[in-house]
Amino acid sequence: MTQATTALGAKEATPYVDDVIKKFVLAATFWGIVGFLAGDFIAWQLAFPALNLDLEWFSFGRLRPVHTSAVIFAFGGNVLFASSFFIVQRTSRASLFGGSAFAHFIFWGYQLFIVLAASGYVLGITQGKEYAEPEWYTDLWLTIVWVCYLVAFVGTLYKRKEPHIYVANWFFLAFIITIAMLHLGNNLAVPTAIFGGTWWRSYEIYAGVQDALTQWWYGHNAVGFFLTAGFLGIMYYFVPKRAERPVYSYRLSIVHFWALIFLYIWAGPHHLHYTALPDWAQTLGMTFSVMLWMPSWGGMINGLMTLSGAWDKLRTDPVIRFLVTSVAFYGMSTFEGPMMSIKAVNSLSHYTDWGIGHVHSGGLGWVAFVSFGALYCLVPTLWRRKQLYSMRLVSYHFWIATIGIVLYITSMWISGIMQGLMWRAYDNLGFLQYSFVETVAAMHPYYIIRAIGGVLFLTGALIMAYNFYRTIKGDVRKEAPYEAPVAATARG
Amino acid sequence: MLDQLINVLRSVWSVWVMVFFCGIVLWAYVLTPKATMEAHGQIPLRDDENEER
Repeated sequence: MTQATTALGAKEATPYVDDVIKKFVLAATFWGIVGFLAGDFIAWQLAFPALNLDLEWFSFGRLRPVHTSAVIFAFGGNVLFASSFFIVQRTSRASLFGGSAFAHFIFWGYQLFIVLAASGYVLGITQGKEYAEPEWYTDLWLTIVWVCYLVAFVGTLYKRKEPHIYVANWFFLAFIITIAMLHLGNNLAVPTAIFGGTWWRSYEIYAGVQDALTQWWYGHNAVGFFLTAGFLGIMYYFVPKRAERPVYSYRLSIVHFWALIFLYIWAGPHHLHYTALPDWAQTLGMTFSVMLWMPSWGGMINGLMTLSGAWDKLRTDPVIRFLVTSVAFYGMSTFEGPMMSIKAVNSLSHYTDWGIGHVHSGGLGWVAFVSFGALYCLVPTLWRRKQLYSMRLVSYHFWIATIGIVLYITSMWISGIMQGLMWRAYDNLGFLQYSFVETVAAMHPYYIIRAIGGVLFLTGALIMAYNFYRTIKGDVRKEAPYEAPVAATARG
Repeated sequence: MLDQLINVLRSVWSVWVMVFFCGIVLWAYVLTPKATMEAHGQIPLRDDENEER
């Protein structure tokens, strides 16, 4: 943009609504650390059960949903709000619909939802549905906030000046609409007070296998649309932006989008293999899960190949390293997932630590790393700083967190496969070879390795928070230049 | 009559979803010129950091 066009444009231009995005970024950083800390604490609890302190508020059963909700909905959710509001305004060239006040209602409304949900878990108020633990009143509040989110997002798209809606926004829109549908479908419940019970509890309208199928229709699509589609929106904006080159194939991104949303919605039944769910439904879930391998890898290739001709940025820019590694982890966990959904593999892997390892290779490697990459891009831009406080600290964060993830997922693979094999081992008389408690004892060393991995991951996040604090303060660390991370390299 | 038609359409839903999907692929790879698609891909690189334009 030349000087002249800047001056001309400045007259009519409206500033973007960015102050609320700053709040979402800070909230994401805060909740991320809370969630990682909660996760690591319960990881140590599994290795040393005395850490539950014999108090019900610290028991694994209550703290585990605190961990999962904090990392998925509080950390991931705030990252998605921040990046979707940032991206939709810039790719539409329109300021946020509803303005700052409306966006602030969404911000505070969402934080209230998080606090209501988490405090409920600690006090024992839960629906007992995985990833849908909040009780009916918290669910209703989230519905209001979510509809406002949809209105702000679609309103911004509606008043866009860019004729085409950029593909990242398609992913965000699919994420917002589908989460609304899943949330309403899976949380249809009636407060027990109507039947003479308390207001703090509710009955689900479904029962038995219908309830289970609805739950995993919800649960797996929370993975597919919250943790995948939403974060793919981040990938399709920040990878090209940071690499300073357009996405490898825009055509492929369109096919990626439609294939992913057509297939994902059917994959849920793979969580119910060998249960009361009819066999045909199990096979349907398995088949769609295996088919998902194709769009997932198409998207991964699209993200990685965006770097084609600029691979040197991996060496010179640790932020790109976060983004690219996240896409590699996306490829890895979307290969592992379909494999684990195959019934024969699932008979070994289900209910073991392998599942936990799989979830964390996706959660830590893909979701958290792409989030860190996006946050490192957002903080200097939003606070109008020329650069981050320290690139070297970003690099430390990257390596410490990566080692943490490797420790986590390898220990859980070994522990999970061992657990699965021990459960199915028979002696020559046809009796089970191991008692359950023997499998628990065998997992002990792996639980310690996993918890150490968690300490490393948390340490990385604390380094990031410190880096943000100094960046926002306006400091620049005196350090050897990190091989000229920005702009210097010519576009190919 | 209409009931029967709806039932037929329902039972072959996977077919029309597949046709719809093939249409999307056709639209993306054949019907839309490459230059248009590449221009769409440039959107994040053309934006302004701070203001509408």
